[in-house]
Amino acid sequence: MESALGRTGLWFAILILAILAISAAQDSGFAASMAVVAVVAFGFMLATALRFDPLAKAQGLFRMPTDPSRYDDDPVRWGVIATVFWGIVGFLVGLYIALQLAFPVLNLDSQFTTFGRLRPLHTSAVIFAFGGNALIATSFYVVQRTCRAKLAFPSLARFVFWGYQMFIVLAAVGYVFGVTQSKEYAEPEWFVDIWLTIVWIAYFIVFVGTLARRKEPHIYVANWFYLSFIITIAMLHIVNNLAVPVSIFGSRSYPAFAGVQDALVQWWYGHNAVAFFLTVPFLAMMYYFVPKQANRPIYSYRLSILHFWSLIFLYIWAGPHHLHYTALPDWAQTLGMVFSIVLWMPSWGGMINGLMTLNGAWDKVRTDPIIRMMVFALAFYGIATFEGPMLSIKAVNSLTHYTDWNIGHVHAGALGWNGMITFAAVYFLVPRLWNRKRLYSLRMVNWHFWLATLGIVFYAASMWVAGLTQGLMWREYGADGYLVNSFADSVTAMIPLYLLRSFGGFLYLLGGVMMVINVWRTIKGDVREEAPLSDAPYDPEADRPAAAVPAE
Amino acid sequence: MFNVTEHHKKLERNITLLGVFAFIAVATGGVVEIAPLFWIDNTIEEVDGMRPYTPLEQAGRDIYVREGCYTCHSQMIRPLRDEVERYGHYSLAAESMYDHPFQWGSKRTGPDLARVGGRYSDDWHVQHLIDPRSVVPESIMPPYAFLAKTDLNPADPAAHLVALRRVGVPYSDRDIERAEADMKLQADPFASAEDFAERYPKAQIRDFDGTPSRLTEMDALVAYLQMLGTLVDVNSAAAQEELAQEKGR
Repeated sequence: MESALGRTGLWFAILILAILAISAAQDSGFAASMAVVAVVAFGFMLATALRFDPLAKAQGLFRMPTDPSRYDDDPVRWGVIATVFWGIVGFLVGLYIALQLAFPVLNLDSQFTTFGRLRPLHTSAVIFAFGGNALIATSFYVVQRTCRAKLAFPSLARFVFWGYQMFIVLAAVGYVFGVTQSKEYAEPEWFVDIWLTIVWIAYFIVFVGTLARRKEPHIYVANWFYLSFIITIAMLHIVNNLAVPVSIFGSRSYPAFAGVQDALVQWWYGHNAVAFFLTVPFLAMMYYFVPKQANRPIYSYRLSILHFWSLIFLYIWAGPHHLHYTALPDWAQTLGMVFSIVLWMPSWGGMINGLMTLNGAWDKVRTDPIIRMMVFALAFYGIATFEGPMLSIKAVNSLTHYTDWNIGHVHAGALGWNGMITFAAVYFLVPRLWNRKRLYSLRMVNWHFWLATLGIVFYAASMWVAGLTQGLMWREYGADGYLVNSFADSVTAMIPLYLLRSFGGFLYLLGGVMMVINVWRTIKGDVREEAPLSDAPYDPEADRPAAAVPAE
Repeated sequence: MFNVTEHHKKLERNITLLGVFAFIAVATGGVVEIAPLFWIDNTIEEVDGMRPYTPLEQAGRDIYVREGCYTCHSQMIRPLRDEVERYGHYSLAAESMYDHPFQWGSKRTGPDLARVGGRYSDDWHVQHLIDPRSVVPESIMPPYAFLAKTDLNPADPAAHLVALRRVGVPYSDRDIERAEADMKLQADPFASAEDFAERYPKAQIRDFDGTPSRLTEMDALVAYLQMLGTLVDVNSAAAQEELAQEKGR
């Protein structure tokens, strides 16, 4: 009872602080963010006071198994649900802003719905909300299995999950109100950054604590990747977000660095958000889920050592390729380019290790749509990590920089690699986490696979053409020695390609909706009656001993 | 022979070792590439004409950041023939030395803005921001009509300058003391400018949004756009000579 009172008091104190912050707020964005904090604190205060347990209710809604298990899977279940939910939100916002580029009327003449404010909402929703939740959930799942130990600090693990959701909501509300420090993929302002730092340190403690409790002498390769992800993201996040706030009651802050220094720090961060958020920990997922689903051991232990260390060492250097031909000194640009090209090898090392794991099980690509998703994800990882080094060559970059090719490139990686491997992991996890015999429908997984694949083809192809068109139109000279096209001409040329891209995004979203239905029905415990995916046709005519053919 | 897998077992059995080695591996590249930028000449050199933003320009810049203009517009002209002919002289490192944060951008859904200052009239900018397609039919830019209706109302202009001074922008005590007055007088051609023009050379003083009675966010944003790329006289002989002597570019 006393502890319940104490907790109520604590939430009350947070509520009062948030209300004070709202009344002292210097801008509406900060006030809105603090309102979110106040609402959450009020909710928890009420819940504690009434001894009402909203979590248990929600767990009932999602039919989470309550029987004691060998592992602590509750945060993983929540993480899977959050991954699916934020995925749909991120795809939907992405489709909307893609349509805004083709139909500017969709900006709705309101300051809250302009492309400039919604674009960070889309990027953060897919990278940090969809991707981040997938990473936290799978890392908690994988680290327990590969260490044969329960999660260390269970309540801290729950704080990591819910604290991370709070980070997402605060960031998202801020974007709509124009609270941004304009650093790509690091847009949240100082107070949200501090919150994320706290959550991230808790995440580090839970993960390392679980590793320390392991019953296996060796730390499995997937955990090397997760560990370096957690360490590096902390380093990047803290350095890139160093800033001085204007007031502790205002959202605005000014970054510590300016101009060239700020540009390189930002792209050191930005490129390694791709490296250490969207590549390294997703490779960790590959190292666990591909061998499990294929039921084969990892192809090469030596290769995993070699490509792990070379990948994490080389990736950090590649940032300056985002700043070719800018005011950044030439030597830094060249260094960035060289390391980007060298990076091709360890990237493909990872892909090869994943694909070759299927040796002896290649028939499963035909019969198991989840394996097919994994193979496709690795193929797109290979394509994107070839395209990246190519785009980082200065001569190529002079044509492609500032164009839509980069948007296509990043989506080949995000939709093809991150999306597909995450969907595969979700389909692997849901039946196991909810103690179901199998997924509701494998045929729907198949549909999801083809919708997503077709979507990616439309997306990547249209943006590739768009980028080349822009780059060539901008530098086209006529026989008279003058530039041929005005900038507006190149905008007009983009419209059909923006429409094709939106269509691709729509297909991808449709695939996501299939996943929601499939996951929901699986959680409910339904099993769809359907013909198995691989069914050798039976022909009674052929079902007889071979007739002897008389020799002629 | 050195057996990698044999030696690697030490790392695999020890979290601390694994963590420390991983940290060293990921920290190296950043240190080598970023640290020198704080010392080497051509990234910290000063160029004639550069000065901190006036309070009104800085307020406009804050709006530029808030609205995410960088998601579609770059502010970095590369030294390529077509870009120099389309947008003007290529951008110098020193031209963004007071930019916290930098706004070089990474995507041109719209054109580069590094030297947009003085290219169009104030009226054009206001009309274009209120309804982009009324002046550029092909445009796909969102409308920003609300800027003209919103009073420019930063709680405390001086606090912004103080924060900027803490991160290294050389505002004087007088700049900070006069911040609010400076902000108002820059948009009011009839106010007494006092020493404003000496403290902020080349600052443009006029009503920017066409409604002299009000100081709006439109005033601030247009004031910022109209000064972009105008501070350094890149085409003067002196600037050319200085550039020719630059090493390591």
